[in-house]
Amino acid sequence: MDDLKQELKENIVEQLNLEDIAVEDIDDNDMLFGDGLGLDSIDALELIVMLDKNYGIKLTDPKEGRAIFESIDVMAKYIFENRTK
Amino acid sequence: MKAVYINSVGSISSQKTFDNSSFLDDIISYEDHIILAVDPNYKDYISPANSRRMGKGIKMGVVASKIALNEANLDTVDAIITGTGMGCLRDSKKFLSAIIDNDEQFLTPTSFIQSTHNTVGGQIALGLQCKGYNFTYVHASISFESAVLDAKLMLENNEANTILVGGVDEIEDYTCSLHKLVNHIKKEKVSSTDLLHSKTEGAVFSEGANFFVLSNLKQDSSYAQIVAISTYNTLNTNITDVANTFLKENNLNIEAIDLLVLGNNGDIAHDSFYNELSSGIFENTQQVYYKHLCGEFNTASSFGMWLASKILKTQKLPEAVKLNTVQVSNYKTILLYNQYRGENHSFTLLRRC
Repeated sequence: MDDLKQELKENIVEQLNLEDIAVEDIDDNDMLFGDGLGLDSIDALELIVMLDKNYGIKLTDPKEGRAIFESIDVMAKYIFENRTK
Repeated sequence: MKAVYINSVGSISSQKTFDNSSFLDDIISYEDHIILAVDPNYKDYISPANSRRMGKGIKMGVVASKIALNEANLDTVDAIITGTGMGCLRDSKKFLSAIIDNDEQFLTPTSFIQSTHNTVGGQIALGLQCKGYNFTYVHASISFESAVLDAKLMLENNEANTILVGGVDEIEDYTCSLHKLVNHIKKEKVSSTDLLHSKTEGAVFSEGANFFVLSNLKQDSSYAQIVAISTYNTLNTNITDVANTFLKENNLNIEAIDLLVLGNNGDIAHDSFYNELSSGIFENTQQVYYKHLCGEFNTASSFGMWLASKILKTQKLPEAVKLNTVQVSNYKTILLYNQYRGENHSFTLLRRC
């Protein structure tokens, strides 16, 4: 699970091009949206594509993302339980 | 009809032109067939949160526009008009490559959103919260001139008082490889100082962004007046006749032109248009060129306007741009001529104000 969390942090920083944020700066329980990392709705779409491409998880209802993308911790648990690849 | 003035400038090019307090004091020489723009510290102008999705073309456009707005002491403008020949090439390539690499699946939104030609104008407007007229001209190598013409008409008719106008294009590797295949880019590396002696086909490609605040309200700090601008997609006659007609339409003769700014790019197949003017009717006129400094791109002529504006305001002529030995002590009227590969010719007439 720790490896998955680290992988997620690296992918988020790289794919969302978070220029001023390092992987070490992201705590497992930090809010990804809003006051936390400050991600926005376009980032949410990028994360949905990332789940599909990297882990074979298709989110058919974008509203699901609101709960799944709460933090690295929540995201990693969801991926661990639902991944198909 | 109101007069139109260049009230401020902002330039990012392959020279260090983003600092308006200097004027080509230190020339950067290259020996290459593709040269890149000198980056300012973009973080000084755009927050990391805003810049993280911006490609280089967008960053160059946004920062050049900010430099121009700062110099004009403006927070916003009535309209934003952008010219770009190829738009945001890097994100276009990223998006199209992703389509192929991922078998038309897993397409992410960012590179698509950022790949459209009007992204630069849109991002500038978002930053300024400018909800006025916003238009992007994609007219190959007269994209910038088309933008200037639109702004000039609006300002002359008092439909706006201040308009941000600019030209921007960025380099992208794959597109350059295609241009190399068809000899639009020189096969050999060429030294900046030897560009016009290269005797080969093609040009040295580059990128850049040059923005201007145009206004029908003259300021003490204004650079120049834009008297006239004309574009010609193809010529029905020789360029000498076109130049003579352009001058006649503006009630000027050859002697009234103090300086001719030419867009020679060292392409032996197409520099003949410039040579016809420089060794013909303008033989006794002082001449300058600039594409050995900024390279060739669809909106490179915006660098020419930046150069002419600076000359008119400072009354200084950098040694590096001189094309002949004719000397002029007082620059009042400057004529700019540009074309690319025998098409999209343009004449622009600037006057000291």
